[in-house]
Formats: sequence, C-alpha cells, structure tokens
Amino acid sequence: MADNTEILAGLAEIVEEVAGIDAAEVSADKSFVDDLDIDSLSMVEIAVQAEDKFGVKIPDDQLAELKTVGDAVDYIAKNQ
Amino acid sequence: MTPVLRLAEPVAGARMLGLGSHQPERVVTNDELAQRIDTNDQWIRERVGIRSRRIAADDVSLVDMASDAGARAVKDSGLDPSEIDGVLVATCTMPNFIPNAAAQTAERIGIRAPAAFDLNAACAGFCYGLGMAADMVRGGTARHVLIIGAEKLSDWLDWDDRSTAIIFADGAGAAVIGPAPDAAAVGVGPVAWGSAGEMNQAIRILDGHGSKAGGALHQEGQAVFRWATTQVAPVALRAIELAGLTPADIDVFVPHQANLRIVEAVAKKLRRHGAREDMRVADDIVYSGNTSSASVPLALDHMRADGRVRSGDTVLLVGFGAGLSFAGQVVRFP
Ligand SMILES: CC(C)(COP(=O)(O)OP(=O)(O)OC[C@H]1O[C@@H](n2cnc3c(N)ncnc32)[C@H](O)[C@@H]1OP(=O)(O)O)[C@@H](O)C(=O)NCCC(=O)NCCS
Repeated sequence: MADNTEILAGLAEIVEEVAGIDAAEVSADKSFVDDLDIDSLSMVEIAVQAEDKFGVKIPDDQLAELKTVGDAVDYIAKNQ
Repeated sequence: MTPVLRLAEPVAGARMLGLGSHQPERVVTNDELAQRIDTNDQWIRERVGIRSRRIAADDVSLVDMASDAGARAVKDSGLDPSEIDGVLVATCTMPNFIPNAAAQTAERIGIRAPAAFDLNAACAGFCYGLGMAADMVRGGTARHVLIIGAEKLSDWLDWDDRSTAIIFADGAGAAVIGPAPDAAAVGVGPVAWGSAGEMNQAIRILDGHGSKAGGALHQEGQAVFRWATTQVAPVALRAIELAGLTPADIDVFVPHQANLRIVEAVAKKLRRHGAREDMRVADDIVYSGNTSSASVPLALDHMRADGRVRSGDTVLLVGFGAGLSFAGQVVRFP
C-alpha cells in the first residue's frame, strides 16, 4: 500500500500525463479546477488511471467531491 | 434418409467497392445554439470539439438522406442498382418502425427486391451493419450489399437540453460491399463486436420533452465518457488482432465521432500500443457534429475528399454508443 507521499507523486504523474501540467505543480493544496485548470472530462481520465494505479474505485459522484489534490490523496489513502 | 440441406456457395471474403454520403445544407454554429440555451462556443469547442453541425430541414426525411448517400455509394462502386441484392439501413432515429427505412430507400435508389432491413445498434450501427454485410457476401447469401448509416437526430432532441443539443446532428453515409475475387483481395476484416447491457440506461430516449418525434435523447455524459475512453480502445485492438495485423499497420483510424476528446483519448491509447504517430485520425465531428450511425462513413468519405484516405490504405473503423453497443473492423480502402 502506498503512503500519502507516494500517492501524491503517483497522482502528479497521472495529472501530467492526462492534462500536460508539470508534475511539480501538483501539490496537495491545489484545486483541480481553479488552480490547475483541469476540466470535468480530464478529471474522469485522471480518475480512471488512479483507479488502475492504486486499486481504488472512484465513482463519478465521488469524483465530483474531490476538489483539491489533497482531497484525492486522502480519498485514495482511505480506500486503497 | 433425411436429405442434407445445401448451403449457399461461399466466397473468399468481402471488400468495399464504393462509398457515398449526404449532409444537410443548413450549418448550425455554436453561437446560434448559444442564442437559445445557456452555452458558449468556447465551452463546446473545448469539451466536445464541435464548431458547427448540419441539421436537416423539416421537409427532409431520414430516408431522403439515406437514399442520396446510398445512390452515391452505388454510383461510386460502378455497379448498376440491379446488381445490389441486399440493403441494410443502420438507424435509431426513424420517426416510425413501420415501414422500415431499408425497403423504401432501396426502392428510391432503383434497387429491385433486395433483402432489406433496418438494424439498431445506435452509434455502433454502421460497423455492426458492415460486419453483417461482409458476412452475407462471404457466406454467399447476397452478392452486393449496400449498408447505410442514416440519422435525423434533430427530431429526437430536446433543443432546450444543453447536454445533447450541442452534440447531435443529421446525416447519412453508405458503402457497397461485394465479393473479393481471392484471399489477397479481401478488404473487410472480421468484426469485433459486443454490448454492455448493464449500462443500458446511460443513453436513452425519454418520452415527451418537446421533441418533434415525441421523445428526446438523454445521456449520462460522464458515465458514457468514462466507458468510451476505457472500453473502446480494447475493441479497436481486438479488431486489429482478428484481422491478423498489428497497430503499426493502421494508416487511418476512423472512430465514431462522439466527442473529439474521446477520439483523442482512444487514439492516444492505440499509439501507446504501437499505432504510428503518423496514423491519420478522423476529426470530422468538428464540422459535422455527432451523427450516430452515419458518423463513420461520413468521416471516411470526407477524408477521401480531402486526400487523407487513399486507395490501399489500411483503415480501422470502430463504432460505439447506446445499448451500450460497440463494433469495429479493419478495412482495406478501395
Ligand atoms: C456531454 C458532455 C460534453 C458534458 O460534459 P461534462 O464535463 O460531463 O459536463 P458536466 O455536466 O459535468 O458539467 C461540467 C460543467 O460545465 C457546465 N456545462 C455543462 N454543459 C454545458 C454546456 N452545454 N455549455 C456550457 N457549459 C456547460 C456545467 O454547468 C458544469 O459547470 P460547473 O462545474 O461550473 O457546475 C460530456 O459528458 C460528454 O461528451 N460525454 C460523452 C457523451 C458522448 O459522447 N455521447 C455520445 C455517445 S454515442
């Protein structure tokens, strides 16, 4: 099981791959929509890859609740 | 003794002989839609990729569009209409079930007494029908089959629903399938097809909603997006494998034009599996919108017109949509 630092690093890689945002920009306090300019469809792609990578389920209604990178890291840590 | 039943004489395989399409004249821009519903050009271009779409006039029917596309495909094949003995119309937007579209379309084109039927696999319809047409030819139960994808989605839309009104459009596309003289000339690979019935509610018609047809298309956009971006690439890869090829063999990729973001996501996945960077990918949705079963042959015909599909190209087709249903195959372009 990955710890929070590993989850953040893994998530940052996915965000870079899907949305072309430098992984270094992806920190826990950032909001996906407002700070990183990631839209709802890119969020779906990120969720799908995170599911594969961390062995979690992130349904669409849960996904809508994950506002910041930190929210996503916590959700993955709790559900992996 | 019980007599043994004789089967039709099979042929080596099937190939594509001709292609044609029809689009309504009326162009509807994003700005025009934004006058009616709460949306804007930038949002539609970024999320869906559409800049404008074609919408049929009130007095133009689905059969009118199917007939024009079909007649063009027959002409392109060099065959006489009398040589066609099967007509399939893939559609999910007929105003009524009876009569079907295929028999009247055949009659309009001057094809006499063909096997004629409609099939509904929504946006996967053309690829389903192409698979059936190729198997009919190969099995010897028909010699030349005209397969048409035709939709008048505008009749089945709630024009106040911004999650569908911005996406769907009208049009028709058609191909003539005939026998390949020998194994080397086979031009339609085996179809990779299937369905995901557990997601049947993800795209459906809701009664009423002020549409012309009395029901309006509704979809769970994100669920469909998630499904398409994960499940379509494996279908495409399976079609390549069934044809005995590898992703690097594909010159042109024509997926159903549902959403440019889906097209790009699937193409990216295929490239990760070895498809070439210079593989040409259909982006016909930009000026045609999502025309369901018509989108694959429409895109193919437009790519031929602008030189992006050429004779001898190895083309990968894949359709997917309501059902949910999916189908794909590899075609050698005539
Ligand atoms: C339909 C689709 C474009 C909607 O995109 P989405 O990102 O899922 O849209 P959402 O409903 O989650 O809305 C996201 C945001 O855009 C806004 N929005 C939704 N539709 C809008 C529109 N037409 N114009 C402007 N803004 C719109 C929403 O209000 C929301 O804003 P908010 O986050 O500030 O509240 C998208 O889901 C899609 O294309 N899915 C695939 C469907 C498909 O291809 N179907 C055909 C299969 S054959």
